[in-house]
Amino acid sequence: MSKFPITLHRNPKFRSAIIQAVLVLVVVYSFYSLYQTTIFNLEERGIKTSTSFFDQVAPFKVGFSPFLNFELGETTYIEVFYIGVLNTILVAILGIIAATFLGFFIGILRSSNNWLAQKFALTYVEIFRNMPLLLQIMFWNFAIFLAFLPPPKQSLEFGAFYLNGRGLQTPVPIIENNFLFKVWLSVVILSVVASFIFRSWAKKRRNQTGKSLPVLSISLSFVIIVGISAFYILGQPLTVDMPVLGKFNFKGGGQLPLPLFSLWFALTIYTSAFIAENVRAGIASVSKGQIEAARSIGLTRPQMVKLIIIPQALRVIIPPTISQYLNLTKNSSLAMAVGYEEVVAVWANISLNQTGQALIIIAMTIIFFEICSLFTSFILNIYNRRIQIAER
Amino acid sequence: MTKSDSIIKISKLNKWYGKFHALKDIDLSVGRTEKIVICGPSGSGKSTLIRCINRLEVHQEGSIQVDGIELTDDIKQITEIRSDVGMVFQHFNLFPHLTVLENCSLAPIWVRKKSKVEAEEMAMQLLEKVRIPDQADKYPGQLSGGQQQRVAIARALCMQPRIMLFDEPTSALDPEMIKEVLETMIELADSGMTMIVVTHEMGFANRVADRIIFMDEGQIVEQNDPESFFKNPESDRTKLFLSQILDH
Repeated sequence: MSKFPITLHRNPKFRSAIIQAVLVLVVVYSFYSLYQTTIFNLEERGIKTSTSFFDQVAPFKVGFSPFLNFELGETTYIEVFYIGVLNTILVAILGIIAATFLGFFIGILRSSNNWLAQKFALTYVEIFRNMPLLLQIMFWNFAIFLAFLPPPKQSLEFGAFYLNGRGLQTPVPIIENNFLFKVWLSVVILSVVASFIFRSWAKKRRNQTGKSLPVLSISLSFVIIVGISAFYILGQPLTVDMPVLGKFNFKGGGQLPLPLFSLWFALTIYTSAFIAENVRAGIASVSKGQIEAARSIGLTRPQMVKLIIIPQALRVIIPPTISQYLNLTKNSSLAMAVGYEEVVAVWANISLNQTGQALIIIAMTIIFFEICSLFTSFILNIYNRRIQIAER
Repeated sequence: MTKSDSIIKISKLNKWYGKFHALKDIDLSVGRTEKIVICGPSGSGKSTLIRCINRLEVHQEGSIQVDGIELTDDIKQITEIRSDVGMVFQHFNLFPHLTVLENCSLAPIWVRKKSKVEAEEMAMQLLEKVRIPDQADKYPGQLSGGQQQRVAIARALCMQPRIMLFDEPTSALDPEMIKEVLETMIELADSGMTMIVVTHEMGFANRVADRIIFMDEGQIVEQNDPESFFKNPESDRTKLFLSQILDH
């Protein structure tokens, strides 16, 4: 105990408490006055903020809605919101998957000893990382795909897929018999479960006896054989609707519209350049000593990559890559430039213009992106913690 | 030592780093269970020499035979030699993401195709031999430098090598920890292991070495048994080196 008690204004704890309290007050008051002003301004213009427009019929057409049925004159505003949300999630998931694979591939090329591969990857990264994304989306859509893809009659053929200036025509699976389809699906799921059980058994066996089995190829062929034979035994509960070229356009099948394709393409290319840099940094972070030690105990190159390099590199690669996934999701809102109907386009733009319900619409859009990002970080942080914890 | 009894045969070995001539016409043969200490000033090529033996460095001219196998670009032969030649590094190079036990059992499981149970049993025996069995479940980052180096020795021994290479194993350690590592190495030497040790620990050299090699500027300047080496060094360069490291 000091002889003289510290006066209140010189006590650091008291000071920081006061500063924080003042800050909270300022923030709360700012939000409150912002809210009041907006409500007041909207009411001035005769707009009463309410959610009653949710159930009104939307007077405009949404062309691309693969998950929910869109019917002009029936679909309501809130359904338009759902369609937009699902379209955003669709392009984000497709983009994240493709950007991850492409990014890892380019990143590995960038770290390779091959001069040509290295320089190619470097050029790739520098070109696509340094150009504004909006420009890239417009470039791929207008300057490349729209300009060079043929009309439907001369579509480029990739098996059952047809690529033309309107988009990608794909076969669509159609469930013929719902009950039998569910039976077939459960058989497939059961065989996957069985191969996981097989995998853990094989691992246990290896721990005890040192004998290893080609687990992946055995389980893969097992699942494929079971899946195909069950499919025919159950009398093909699933058929495929193939796209067929009609007089002017395709009939049947499904269509991934060109804007989705261009957007997905641009997001993938752009984000993969950043992921490639993360991968390069991760690989570079594994010290030379680790590689020498791995070689000195006789590990082969693939074993070294799998057991020593990847586990250590992933700890460096994952945290910044999570940010890239979030960026990709948010960047998908630039789709407005090419007319892909994601949430910002159909909800925060068209629906807002139609109804004037700025407060609710913007708030819902913000909340959607927040939830999306928080969910993505949450999932990946669980994974991240699992691999980070290993060091200590 | 007869020629047929040698486990490592190096002849006319030359290595360049770009234009720098790192090893010049090295001839060396090492007998089974022989202990060799290599010393010399920094940059004299001593680390490069032993790193050529398990092909962490690639030589350009001459030949290296380890236990009858010629070192070439053949990956299979290189892997075979590496699994028979243990190496201990100056900076330990333990795998930070694996526990001490996993560090030791990794290569027996993946290279020797042993069962995990068997590999861990042997790893525990060797960890007991280097006197740190109680640290088996810790991660390398939680150990002192001396303990880490002893784990590194155990990791190399887990492959049951016929030859052990030590690349300045005590240079990165505090004085107190040098002793514990040297004791482990002396025990290993007494057990009859073939050892090539790059070190400046002259006490250790005097105690265990069958032969001391002095290198300078990529060449073997002088080699002799410890007694003659310390008492009657032949070349002036050796005399100068010894006076510098012994007189302080």
